[in-house]
Amino acid sequence: MTRRPPGWLLVSGLVVAALAVLPAVYLGVRAAEADADAWALLWRDKTWGLLWRTLGLAVAVTVCAALVALPLAWLTTRTDLPGRRGWTVLLCVPLAVPTFVSGYVLLATFGTGGVLEEPLSRWGLPVPSVYGFPGALLALTVSTYPYLFLALRAGLLSQDPAWLEGARSLGMSPARAFWKVTAPLLRPAFVSGALLVGLYVLSDFGAVALLQYDAFSRAIYVQYEGAYDRTYAALLGLALVVVTAVVLVLEVRLRGRAGYHRSAKGAARVFTPVSLGKWRLPALLLCGAVVAVGVVLPVGVLVYWGVRGLVGESASMMAPALGSVLASVLGAVASVLGALPLAFLAVRYPGRLTLAMERVSYVGYALPPIVLALSLVFLGVRALPFLYGTLVMLVLAYLVRFLPQAVGTVRSALLQLNPHLAEAAASLGQSPATVFRRVTAPLLRPGLLAGAALVFLTAMKELPATLLLAPIGFETLATRVWGATAEGRFAEAALPALVLMAISALGVGLLVSQEGDAPRG
Amino acid sequence: MSLLTLDALSLRYTPSGAAAVDGLSLSVEPGEVVALLGPSGCGKTTTLRLVAGFERPGAGTLTLDGRVLAGQGAFVPPEQRSVGMVFQDYALFPHLSVLENVTFGLSKLSRREAEDKARAMLTMFGLGEFASRMPHALSGGQQQRVALSRALAPGPRVLLLDEPFSSLDSGLRASTRIEVRRVLKSLGATVVLVTHDQGEAMAFADRLAVMRAGKVEQVGTPESVYSAPRTAFVAYFLGGTNLLPGMGFGGGARTVLGNLPVMGQAKGKVLLSLRPESLRLVPDTDSVAVGGALRAEVLSREFQGPSAEYTVACGGMELVVRGAPESPLRVGDRARLEIVGKAGVLEDSPD
Repeated sequence: MTRRPPGWLLVSGLVVAALAVLPAVYLGVRAAEADADAWALLWRDKTWGLLWRTLGLAVAVTVCAALVALPLAWLTTRTDLPGRRGWTVLLCVPLAVPTFVSGYVLLATFGTGGVLEEPLSRWGLPVPSVYGFPGALLALTVSTYPYLFLALRAGLLSQDPAWLEGARSLGMSPARAFWKVTAPLLRPAFVSGALLVGLYVLSDFGAVALLQYDAFSRAIYVQYEGAYDRTYAALLGLALVVVTAVVLVLEVRLRGRAGYHRSAKGAARVFTPVSLGKWRLPALLLCGAVVAVGVVLPVGVLVYWGVRGLVGESASMMAPALGSVLASVLGAVASVLGALPLAFLAVRYPGRLTLAMERVSYVGYALPPIVLALSLVFLGVRALPFLYGTLVMLVLAYLVRFLPQAVGTVRSALLQLNPHLAEAAASLGQSPATVFRRVTAPLLRPGLLAGAALVFLTAMKELPATLLLAPIGFETLATRVWGATAEGRFAEAALPALVLMAISALGVGLLVSQEGDAPRG
Repeated sequence: MSLLTLDALSLRYTPSGAAAVDGLSLSVEPGEVVALLGPSGCGKTTTLRLVAGFERPGAGTLTLDGRVLAGQGAFVPPEQRSVGMVFQDYALFPHLSVLENVTFGLSKLSRREAEDKARAMLTMFGLGEFASRMPHALSGGQQQRVALSRALAPGPRVLLLDEPFSSLDSGLRASTRIEVRRVLKSLGATVVLVTHDQGEAMAFADRLAVMRAGKVEQVGTPESVYSAPRTAFVAYFLGGTNLLPGMGFGGGARTVLGNLPVMGQAKGKVLLSLRPESLRLVPDTDSVAVGGALRAEVLSREFQGPSAEYTVACGGMELVVRGAPESPLRVGDRARLEIVGKAGVLEDSPD
């Protein structure tokens, strides 16, 4: 009763929340319009094939990522492996490689016209095929194992050494103690990391599309590009949303029950590192091999093709670079401005409605980007023809996609802001507008800028929505990499891909440094 | 006429929840320092926030100088109330210098006038040379005086202080309290402060309002509330006490400790409050047998510097007694208990 938000704030929050759910709602509306024939189309073997292939890839990637991540996490937290800190950083670098760049790297190495084709044919050897399942598996495993690696590391670091010591004193060998004590305690960290990997694979577009693996997102794109009737594409999109939602619900449920293991800052004691002894060399080789595939290979291939591109002729990078910057700046500004009322309402006027509005803004996370883009295409063609094909639609897509990220940063900036400051300003006779201008805004500025920077860096490497919604002739670095790779012009794609990787590394660095910050008083 | 009147104010944070402030009434005279005193959760800070305008009362009326600030369908927002507030955490604007903090509320004046006024205010609090510093470069005591300067600069009708001295070191607290009171009195400021520290409230305020569960339990000068608490709650909260049931007979009452003199009149079954300093322990040498003397055994002794507090068993009860610090009595010793003060008659039922 006492803390009612001002009307203008509530209205602007409602508008943003409505925009955030618009694509999801419209997809539902569109599917509801489908007639019996269309539904019959959905229930045919092709769809089941897609489903199995998509889920199969998700499971296979998760298993492979776990096989890579568990030993690496243990080696970098519990042993005397030389250079643990350095390995940890290097092993996280693949987070900065967008999946379509991973796809590019594989194609530019093993694909038709790739690096290996000529030398191998000279020896009369066949080039191993990277199209389809093996390529997609490799690219996505390399892109996603760092999520599990980080989750397992945090889990291992948060364990109390006394547990393991207790097991040893009860007569267990080190190996047995690991499987009886350490591993079961890691389960929550493993489950949350594994589901994150699964979600990532389900919504991936870049790798599966470039490597031509028929998962949902590629099929949706192909259907959209090639078919007259786009209803099937819409229904496939809806099916993918359902699958994603199931995994998402599972994730939220399990996380709620297990609680998060955070890195143990206040841990009383540290583990005595296990001496690797004769296993030191194999351990180093394992780390080296993963870094070679995840870091050295992409950088090497990109530099190789980049140099060839510089020597030969290739199209100017200026236009796509400007396009990327323009679209990403607009997306960042829109997301942060949209996040402001939602975060303000949730933090300063907590209530059922305001919290629901904040939650709703997270729909962008659950919607696979290709489906989000598709839904906005339909919406544009049907309901907003005057906006369709303009930059507005693309910025709207970025808003929906990156709103959760922006709300998160604005929220934490607001939570660090002492509410007494605004009250003090009011009691000194200043109107609400003046209070915002002279106190709230200047103090929030660093947080808002960090949020905008984060969205900007993430938007720079966005592919599917840009591909479907950019105005005709409007190119970004991501679409340039996509287009050139799809046509085998590897040299042309190398430089933009390198730039994107550098930008993406900046974004990951910013995110990590922000999460490490202790909240200020 | 009172400057500030709170008339039956009530506030619930949730429609079905308990009232944080429950029909509270209080009036404050011009130039007066009133302390709202009570345990945490008694609604004292909420009361302050109602006066400041940060909360909207569900019922009741708030009047300042004849103008209705809240209630009767009216609600004046905080920025139009001319009520100054000093927060417990001071809430200094971290991005503004000390001078900019103090001129913040002086936007109606020209820049020059505002700065002159702010400097004068800072000088009064002994902060003249800190004007260009940033708040984080000040000590806690200095920050507190900046917050006071900032709140006083626009010349508010009422100044509100939320636990103003609780963030200071105990050594600094007493001297700061004396100085702040001196400045406020020299300005003739009307002040309402909130505190849970009874010593602070009694030393700083002209009048106390002891609060309990969203209501004012007793109002009066520190002396009158301390010496004549109306209820056991007030007696316990202000300095601690011993509760004794008794049978009143006018100027005295019969109790397990014998006949006690009381303040005022006592009739029938009553509950009495006997302060620890109204009792005295005398080492029992057994050499002289005093007829009808009260025998007590020391259960615990707590040395407090200027005095020592004893818990003794006497007449089947446990009593708290304040004694001289140099007294040789120790746990297990036997002593004679003497009554040297009058008991207060409480309104609580003795049962």
